[in-house]
Amino acid sequence: MGYHDGHSAGGPRPSRRAFLTGAGLVIGMTLVPKGFAKTQDPSVIQADVQTDGARPFNAFVRIAPDSSVTVLSKHIEFGQGPYTGLTTLVAEELDADWSQMRVEAAPADDEIYKNLAFGLQGTGGSTAIANSYEQMRQAGATARAMLVAAAAEEWGVPAGEITVARGTISHKASGRSSDFGALVEKAAGQDAPSEVTLKDPKDFVLIGTDRPRLDTPSKVDGSAIFTLDIGFDDMLIAVVAHPDHFGATVKSFDDTAARAVPGVVDVKEIPQGVAVYADNTFAALKGRSALKVEWDLSKAETRSSDEIFEAYSKIADGEGLLEAANHGDIEAVLNKDGTRSVEALMRFPFLAHAPMEPLDAVLVKREDGSIDCYNGAQFPGQDKAAIADVCGIDPANIRVNTQLAGGSFGRRAQFGSPYMREAAEVFKASGMSRPVKHMWTREDDIRGGFYRPIYLHKLSGAVDGDGTIVAWNQTIVGQSIMNKDELDETSVEGASDMPYRIENRRVMSANTALPVPALWWRSVGHTHTAFAVESFLDQLLELGGKDPVEGRLALLPEGSRERGVLQKVADMAGWKSGSAPEGRAWGVAVHKSFSTYVAEIVEVSIAEDGGPKVHKVWCAVDCGVVVNPNIVKAQMEGGIGYGLGAILYDEVTLGEGGAVLQSNFHDYRSLRILEMPAVEVAILPSSEAPTGVGEPGVPPIGPAVANAWRRLTGQAVETLPIKSSLGAGA
Amino acid sequence: MVSFTLNGEDRQFDGDPETPLLWVLRDAERLTGTKYGCGIAQCGACTVHVDGMTRRSCITPISTLEGSTVTTIEGVEGPEAEAVQAAWTAIDVPQCGYCQSGQIMSAVSLLQMNPKPSDEDIDGAMAGNICRCATYQRIRQAIHDAADKMEA
Repeated sequence: MGYHDGHSAGGPRPSRRAFLTGAGLVIGMTLVPKGFAKTQDPSVIQADVQTDGARPFNAFVRIAPDSSVTVLSKHIEFGQGPYTGLTTLVAEELDADWSQMRVEAAPADDEIYKNLAFGLQGTGGSTAIANSYEQMRQAGATARAMLVAAAAEEWGVPAGEITVARGTISHKASGRSSDFGALVEKAAGQDAPSEVTLKDPKDFVLIGTDRPRLDTPSKVDGSAIFTLDIGFDDMLIAVVAHPDHFGATVKSFDDTAARAVPGVVDVKEIPQGVAVYADNTFAALKGRSALKVEWDLSKAETRSSDEIFEAYSKIADGEGLLEAANHGDIEAVLNKDGTRSVEALMRFPFLAHAPMEPLDAVLVKREDGSIDCYNGAQFPGQDKAAIADVCGIDPANIRVNTQLAGGSFGRRAQFGSPYMREAAEVFKASGMSRPVKHMWTREDDIRGGFYRPIYLHKLSGAVDGDGTIVAWNQTIVGQSIMNKDELDETSVEGASDMPYRIENRRVMSANTALPVPALWWRSVGHTHTAFAVESFLDQLLELGGKDPVEGRLALLPEGSRERGVLQKVADMAGWKSGSAPEGRAWGVAVHKSFSTYVAEIVEVSIAEDGGPKVHKVWCAVDCGVVVNPNIVKAQMEGGIGYGLGAILYDEVTLGEGGAVLQSNFHDYRSLRILEMPAVEVAILPSSEAPTGVGEPGVPPIGPAVANAWRRLTGQAVETLPIKSSLGAGA
Repeated sequence: MVSFTLNGEDRQFDGDPETPLLWVLRDAERLTGTKYGCGIAQCGACTVHVDGMTRRSCITPISTLEGSTVTTIEGVEGPEAEAVQAAWTAIDVPQCGYCQSGQIMSAVSLLQMNPKPSDEDIDGAMAGNICRCATYQRIRQAIHDAADKMEA
């Protein structure tokens, strides 16, 4: 039997239920698709929504006799807002009342629920709204047409005379009206129209206005269920002892002391390390710390971060670089008389994503031999395939039940699902007779790799006698996130396609091979390219005697959307008329990522500890049509905070011998509330297709702070994080 | 055997006395609103109230709680809790939501001791609660809103 049926989890407070239903919303747990219901443990899989008699209208919309409309979200909710956004799109075209809308995670299906930008089911690249915008509206419009057809049949009136508004279907001439629920049975039996006409944007009722997030109430009263909260009475908790060097493997281990810990049930070697199974979490942790493991380092990375940077520096100066952009004649201009040049060597460290909820999964084998997996599935199809492969079970008999996830920032999206392979190995080695919850601790998370890789940028540039930038030469060295031999766009995006008109410009790249596993991190290549481009450009503008805003505008094409956000943010800060208060400086950056344009201006002073203190951030964003302005603003605020913490404090460092030096939040610092600047966000009105907002707030914050810092102190930031750069006497 | 009061009810725990309160709550009591984030009192996701004060449950051995009164997100109540939760909901503070139980427990405690906190008071009281989504600006705002509502 399982727990977490929404009753045991809710605790004794009597108001909880009223609180939930009062807001009319429930997220909680993934609801099972109908066909699976018999194999599910009903007390584990139970949503508070009324589902009896609910009818599917298509893969995305289900309507119940009580008129509740449930949207099946093909995108995971980990804070960025798709549950509310996708539901808004359906409700708009369905002409539903917002109070009747519900949402739950769609099952894993790479065909039906594929991300139209990727071709497989997955959330990432800030695509949730962009790829769903028409698809979800069509799903809503189709369901609406079926309801209208049912009403026309029921009332014997022409469908064309029927109107729908705020969840009520009406026929004016006959005076008849109905809610959705009464027509569900008949409507679900209608043929879906082959074509539907979507609303003219001027008729939008819901799109473009603030809508309360559907997941807020359960996240405020503690009832929201994440993977770590799922439980079964006879469940084992498993943790794995991992090597402290990347590429190391188990040579031998002694589990005598571990097995002596009361509550420890078993210890097994798996390809990823040594798994300890226990009846409760504390026993599992205690058992793991009592293990003695000897590791084989013969294939491990034993170089330090410093040694890796040194090697990268040689690669940057070497032969065989890949060309990402090249026009004009860079060599001729850089060495020309009458130009002044500047150089920079920028170092970007490994970064862990460190989502609040570390990686975890619950795996259960059912009586019929099928497997249920509960996890924060960012690529559900990949997770399913990994479990099938490891456990030797047909993927058709595996269900991935996507849960709310405590953040991701890219960490949960992996081709081949290496994390899920570990969880499945743990489950398989246990014998699969009891449910197993596998969890990573924060130490596993910080030391577990799949980092934003180390990158080295070597830059040189020149201005002519008028101060115009005439040369830009950039070489980027680092691991290919996509494991490519040829040019990896994710290494150079944001640099090779920079918008500034510079006559002679070259961007080169080199892919390196390390046993340290690499992964995208919130905003992918833009995490480093935006910093390099925007901070080096600022130096060249200063060298040429140009104003940071005016100088950028002069280099940006007329009518470009970068100009729009840059001019807006300059107006917000009062750039032309004002200046930073005494002892403070302003810095600016503008950057496009994932087709969204963001400009930020920051106000910085020197903090007591000698590093930058960021007081204020003005942010202007152009993301096309806005579905929910409040969520767009929240993503900008959050992106700024996430990016700021990283550029001020964060690095994962391989020390002498190659072991990771950091282990938890005490030495892998997160931004805290006292370091969070006041953020003011403006959204540019636009009729362009909607683009994403989860990532684009991140890239400009680093260079904006570095630019303010250079103007305040004369020190250009070349080594990140800024704090370690200061400590190193840079 | 350790006896304590949990959300107004008498409870006993007879497992390993070193077990941190966090795992007693989550594993034995199945109250999962209190979260694991770091295990070393750095992130505040596990914040609960013990005898009316905030406590990091991840480093609090259950053996030290004999006779204590423990309140979790599932049981927190009173005017401060109502005001904080309403303010949190009104401006959609949470993003991923995983840290928010801890944030709310710290915010309720702050208002119980200081009904009209300044920005500096808020930063001081909330500095131990990490939010990786960086919802901090809205946390500040919601605490001010809750204080205003209680005053009105």
